[in-house]
Amino acid sequence: MYTFSNRLKIGSIILMALGLLGMGVGFISAPSTVEEAQSMVASHGDDHGGDAHSEVASHTDSAHAGDDHGTDHGEHLLHQLQNRPWSALYVAAFFFFMIALGVLAFYAIQRAAQAGWSPMLFRVMEGITAYIVPGGIILFVFFILSVMHFNHIFPWMDAEVVANDELLLGKKGYLNVSFFLIRAAIFLGGWILYREVSRRLSIAQDNADDYSNFKKNFRWSAGFLVFYLVTESIMSWDWIMSVDPHWFSTLFGWYVFASMIVSGITVISMIAIYLKSKGYLPDVNDSHIHDLAKYMFGFSIFWTYLWFGQFMLIWYANIPEEVTYFVTRIEDFKLPFFGMLALNFIFPVLVLMNSDYKRVNWFVIMTGLVILVGHYLDVFNMITPATVGDQWYIGLPEIGAFLFFAGLFIFWVFRALTKAPLQPTRNPFIEESRQFHY
Amino acid sequence: MAATVIHAYYNDDDVLMHAVKRIKEAKHHIEEVYCPFPVHGLDKAMGLAPTRIAITSFMYGVLGLVVSIVMMNYIMIQDWPMDIGGKPSFTYIENMPAFVPIMFEMTVFFAAHLMVITFYLRSKLWPFKEAENPDIRTTDDHFVMEIEVHDNEAELKELLLDTGAVELNIIKTSH
Repeated sequence: MYTFSNRLKIGSIILMALGLLGMGVGFISAPSTVEEAQSMVASHGDDHGGDAHSEVASHTDSAHAGDDHGTDHGEHLLHQLQNRPWSALYVAAFFFFMIALGVLAFYAIQRAAQAGWSPMLFRVMEGITAYIVPGGIILFVFFILSVMHFNHIFPWMDAEVVANDELLLGKKGYLNVSFFLIRAAIFLGGWILYREVSRRLSIAQDNADDYSNFKKNFRWSAGFLVFYLVTESIMSWDWIMSVDPHWFSTLFGWYVFASMIVSGITVISMIAIYLKSKGYLPDVNDSHIHDLAKYMFGFSIFWTYLWFGQFMLIWYANIPEEVTYFVTRIEDFKLPFFGMLALNFIFPVLVLMNSDYKRVNWFVIMTGLVILVGHYLDVFNMITPATVGDQWYIGLPEIGAFLFFAGLFIFWVFRALTKAPLQPTRNPFIEESRQFHY
Repeated sequence: MAATVIHAYYNDDDVLMHAVKRIKEAKHHIEEVYCPFPVHGLDKAMGLAPTRIAITSFMYGVLGLVVSIVMMNYIMIQDWPMDIGGKPSFTYIENMPAFVPIMFEMTVFFAAHLMVITFYLRSKLWPFKEAENPDIRTTDDHFVMEIEVHDNEAELKELLLDTGAVELNIIKTSH
């Protein structure tokens, strides 16, 4: 049995405290009136030279002309600045939830495929997926707050905006508040249900004298994968794509999935390496880490493929309503937008290409950290351009929210790891997994 | 090549693997093993040096990438700029997204083909080459292990039979 070391526990609590502090400062320093917002931007311009300011102003013009909202400059700016702490919270909350959900999908694939190499890692995966319960509840509460107009993350939740927008009126049958919440509840409910059932069957199998729990788990996992593939796609439209309610991309669900699964596998290998370094998981060998690193490598390329597939078709067709998405990102988010490509593609490809490097634990950890930062930026780039626009900055609210959810994630995951033996004992493939070698 | 070699025949890959390990332990030098199909882990058991073909593959991939960049730059930017879909080809970097599929394909093409050609050259294979396998049965259901003999024929034979060899042939080459 694993015991949650005090150092790690205190570390995670410190992360949460620091994060709360950062988020609190973000919420308190958000402007409450148009004048405050304008003076904030003006002083920002003074600090960094007039150039930045004029660029900001000119962009607000074009963004404003494109919106048909009837708001004036200052109010638009106010909304952007008010959105910033909420947006930062949402990006971090979704990022860590997405890790747990990606691991859940990977786990279900292992179960449904009856993979022989991975049962040694099942308890690590189950520990990580424990986070979808608090993570999912936090997201649901966030959606309820959005519906109650505490923030303007989802523009289509504003009845006035919808009334003046023909496109949004056309989408009203799908994009409306109650249906959105019902869908979110069904998705979260289904994922959590599978996670709890599978976890229970997995633990029951340890003390069973037949394989009925294992077989049931197989059936649940296969069923979950069908449910997941549909709901994950719809979730990505609902929770992410709808922050830009005019824009759509048909492979968006896959794109989010790629980000999710690569971050998830990265976290599995990092936690497995950590536990192994502490003397737990003695039977997890280099070949298991090698396999996980291969998945990190492969899914990083898969992510890039989808990123580029989405980008190139829209770039080539150059249809105004589609291409604005990338125009905003390339004009206002140049560094995070292209930076994530270096972090998520070039770095893992070059570092993890060599077969031997995939077995060097600290290599995998370092690459994993880079991949996680890169995919945080990926989520940041999906949400922030629509919610904060050119007023973005990675400052206290963003870092605070990231630290808070990182702390919560570590706390919850390692607490869940203490609840069951770290190596399953009566999984029919456990011996194959123990002997696994490449 | 040694003057005298023993050909030991096996008809199961697991038996062969164990035999290889035992013979290596007894400090005999295995010249070659002829198999009807690749046996996983046999190269390690025989103590062969790890392959370097992955390194050549990487270099060929980089070469392909460079060739594609130079090629597309010449074709689409310098020699005959074309305006496709309202995207005039003024500079390489502006049109780069359109060239990425070609860059990718050429990387894969160069890596794959040149790697195969390298493999053929390194293994001394070419079209119409006469097969080197000592017995036609190695293309069907038998494995043949070739071991040098240095005045230890009886002892070696005993060991080989003990490891599960189904047939032993002594080959004397006079050249």
